[in-house]
Amino acid sequence: MFDDFFIRALVAGIGIAFVTGPLGCFVVWRRLSYFGDTLAHSALLGVTIAYTLEFNIAVSIFITSSIIALILVKLEKKTNLPGDALLGLLAHSSLAVGLVAIGFLTFIRFDIMGLLFGDILAVTTDDLLTIWIGGALILLVLRFIWKPLFASTVNYELAEAEGLNPDRAKAIFTILIAAIIAISIKMVGLLLITGMLIIPTAMARNLSDNPQKMVIFSIIGGLLSVFIGLFSSLEFNTPSGPSIVAAALVLFIFSLFKIKQTIQLKN
Amino acid sequence: MSLEKNILVKLNNVGIQQNDKWLVKGVSLEVEKGKIVTLIGPNGSGKSTTAKIALGIYKNIEGNVEKFTNNVGYVPQKISIDWTLPLRVKDFMVLTDNIKDELIDVALSLTGVTHLKEKNLGNLSGGEFQRVLLARAISKKPELLVLDEPVQGVDFTGEIALYELIKKISEKLNCGILLISHDLHTVMTATDHVVCLNGHVCCSGSPKDVARNNEYKALFGEQASQTLSVYEHKHDHEHSNDGEIKKN
Repeated sequence: MFDDFFIRALVAGIGIAFVTGPLGCFVVWRRLSYFGDTLAHSALLGVTIAYTLEFNIAVSIFITSSIIALILVKLEKKTNLPGDALLGLLAHSSLAVGLVAIGFLTFIRFDIMGLLFGDILAVTTDDLLTIWIGGALILLVLRFIWKPLFASTVNYELAEAEGLNPDRAKAIFTILIAAIIAISIKMVGLLLITGMLIIPTAMARNLSDNPQKMVIFSIIGGLLSVFIGLFSSLEFNTPSGPSIVAAALVLFIFSLFKIKQTIQLKN
Repeated sequence: MSLEKNILVKLNNVGIQQNDKWLVKGVSLEVEKGKIVTLIGPNGSGKSTTAKIALGIYKNIEGNVEKFTNNVGYVPQKISIDWTLPLRVKDFMVLTDNIKDELIDVALSLTGVTHLKEKNLGNLSGGEFQRVLLARAISKKPELLVLDEPVQGVDFTGEIALYELIKKISEKLNCGILLISHDLHTVMTATDHVVCLNGHVCCSGSPKDVARNNEYKALFGEQASQTLSVYEHKHDHEHSNDGEIKKN
């Protein structure tokens, strides 16, 4: 049944939505959208390294993004540049270095558009395995660190004082972001992965009054975006990543009506 | 647990520097089971900093902290919840520990906010929020309770009731309490030991000793040392949060 490219894309998208839902909530809560963006940009470098060394692409992206995250932590301690400048520095320089490296790799034909914006034709059966096994692992680890991560998201000092070790949870969470980027790049593309993390979550916030609900709505929003996005991608022959993210945007706009109502009720 | 004196946490000559300036320096104190230690001092004297050192939040400190318990409840001085994170009171209650629903109810009723359980944290008033913070800290039955201005923004009668509650908790749970407060006269009656801070320990001892201390007078003025009288005012009834009268 996975012979059909469209079925493969759909199954891949469902797997990704289950992971981006909960991770996206933490990205929004912890204000990490630009951090996610930076890691995603560095993924291009990971792709070129994978091609040069003939290495698994997902693993290569995962390692590159993790290293970039580590460099960011070091730079934060070394310089007085503000966080957003550091993020921009790393995002664009790793993207630039990745593009330059592609220029040198003349013996390989790259589908740059596919890397940047995702390509449903590119999803193979192997990718499905990577997405579903990788995704399950990410969710498992997230469940394991949920308590300390969530508590420190609400208040770091409280979590630290009451013995939850928030620093460890934060480090593990960073690795999880690198992992979701690694497994979803083929579908969504590196320019739009953060959109997949944030937009369904933003929609979910408008519909929820507690964190559990927000995670669930965020997953549902992601799933709907994948369905609508992929079907319209097939119908109108548009790239998969932008179609999915545009669908998420439409859902977000609809969710605004709901929030207006609740605010009016409260006042 | 230390054997001799039931010490829960002990600060040995601790200090912390920030940008080459000492926030606090040379502070030594200990909190024992069932005892209330109060930190007083003017703004910027390092009370919260000292509490955070005792909690192990600051890592690069001078001196050392010996902590003999991991069961800690903390009410921070300030806490702000981002709008992006929808959080009800009952979600907040289980933030650091999986507390049973019955115990949540007990803790909320002790601080008089049972009716807020389903409410969103963002919609609470300052005083209500303080009551929830205190309820959360005591609900896990901690051995050590660190309260950084726990009654700020609470109405006057509520303030007295909450201080009485804090005293009761220290006896009932036999837990040690490190309390930071500006309310000199209310607090002093319930306190076993007072540490007066001003970047360093300017004096410490029983409330009466501290009140007589000259450095304390210099810091807070003659007036403060006189108002440090025992609070012996009694009511024959109290009000529950919805205004209903409960006879004692």
